[in-house]
Amino acid sequence: MKLQGRRIFKGKATGEVLATSEDISFYGGCDPETGEIVEKNHPLEGQSVAGKVLVFPTGKGSTVGSYVLYALKKAGKAPLAIINRATDPVIAVGCIISEIPAVDQIDIDHLRTGQRVEVDADNGTVTILD
Amino acid sequence: MLDGKHGKATQKAMEIITTLGEIYGAEKLIPVSSVQIAGVSYHNLGEAGLEYLAEMAEDGRVRVLTTLNPAGMDLTEWKKHGIPEDFAKNQQRVVEAFARMGVITTCTCTPYLIGNLPHYGEHIAWAESSAVCFANSIIGARTNREGGPSALAAALTGRTAEYGLHLDENRNAQVRYIVEADLENTDDFGLLGKVIGDRTKKRVPYIVGIESATTEELKSLCASIATYGGLGIFHIEGITPNRTPIPEETETVTQEDLEQARDELDDRDAEIDFISIGCPHASIKEIVRVAELLKGKKIAEGKTVWITTARPTKDLAIKMGYYDIIEQAGAFLVSDACCAVAPLKGRFKGLMTDSAKACFYARGKNKFRTEIRTVEECIREATS
Repeated sequence: MKLQGRRIFKGKATGEVLATSEDISFYGGCDPETGEIVEKNHPLEGQSVAGKVLVFPTGKGSTVGSYVLYALKKAGKAPLAIINRATDPVIAVGCIISEIPAVDQIDIDHLRTGQRVEVDADNGTVTILD
Repeated sequence: MLDGKHGKATQKAMEIITTLGEIYGAEKLIPVSSVQIAGVSYHNLGEAGLEYLAEMAEDGRVRVLTTLNPAGMDLTEWKKHGIPEDFAKNQQRVVEAFARMGVITTCTCTPYLIGNLPHYGEHIAWAESSAVCFANSIIGARTNREGGPSALAAALTGRTAEYGLHLDENRNAQVRYIVEADLENTDDFGLLGKVIGDRTKKRVPYIVGIESATTEELKSLCASIATYGGLGIFHIEGITPNRTPIPEETETVTQEDLEQARDELDDRDAEIDFISIGCPHASIKEIVRVAELLKGKKIAEGKTVWITTARPTKDLAIKMGYYDIIEQAGAFLVSDACCAVAPLKGRFKGLMTDSAKACFYARGKNKFRTEIRTVEECIREATS
């Protein structure tokens, strides 16, 4: 199954999905050194975004969040790729400065944690492999 | 710029500008004449943010007048304000990275008071929510609520994407607020900003019933309405310059609403050991007033007083003798920094201030208890 969306930042990645239906604030909500989601009562609390294809509706919170994505990249703990329903400026800028492939305008209800997917951000597509 | 001919930093900056333009459906890029960058305190940026700035500073140079938001400390007198040495070192590295890019490193949230002053209708790219609100609403310039990296990107390219508050249709008023409350001081205007900000849900306010307001009162209102409402623009009948259709939907702000907002910002059991004036940064007029109130008095033991302002204003206060009056009383005239972005967590129990915005950050970031009062009452508390 192939989902068509829109490129936010270029690149390709294949990996395992970590999905949530809740928005993510990287500033204050994600540990910049470990990639662990630390926001209280977030469905992903305690899980790490490192090396995952991270799927969430949109970003929220402070614009400093862009720098947290950059920190994750430098620490080797960034997501492989990001898939949103609608990317907000904080996430978009974070992906650009950290060079994380990102697409939005994807119907994220089709994506579940544990699925393997191929993200082709250049063409704005997400292919579910299993 | 996108193909890298102007260097790596400019290329990255242009990618940010064009991507934001695509997300928001902008038809074109437009030149900006002024930039204000947020994300300057090392406390917020951290090592990663600093690393990014250093990377951009390798070959990035600003193309337009660019100033900075407050840093985490007074850049020269930090030691006597109790700022740790390692923090100071890192904060200096941040400011140096901006300086390498050609940024004017006056760290202030009120760039419009110290020479970064756009005119009506001018397109600019400002971060710092209170200054954005002031530029759009009081001056009539045009800017979106930029973040740190997007404002830097606008500085390095001299461009922004034409969307949001750059376009007429997004600047029009949507709800009319009739103010029936008495507004006498900066704290009242801050409370009004909280009442409307809490209520308006991002809809642009058209405020009637304010007969006059000082620049200082308007900056207090801008800071509060941006903090509590996330707004980038509002209108006040007879005071602000933008043209707008007058909305039909009408709400009233009463004296009780204002008092309720004050109640919400007042912690009953607050033990006040920290008093701060200057959120947003104090004007020279406010500094003169504080100096008059402090003249010949002494700050009470166990209390710390920060009057925060921009460096050029502090320099002026030094020349005019106001700095000496304030410091001889035992208060600090702190430039470049403010009580919201300095590393103060754990140092104080309770903050008294005339700023509704300062209350929000004191509670959220520093876990202080708060009380909002007039400047006169704040100084009385400080000296008793």
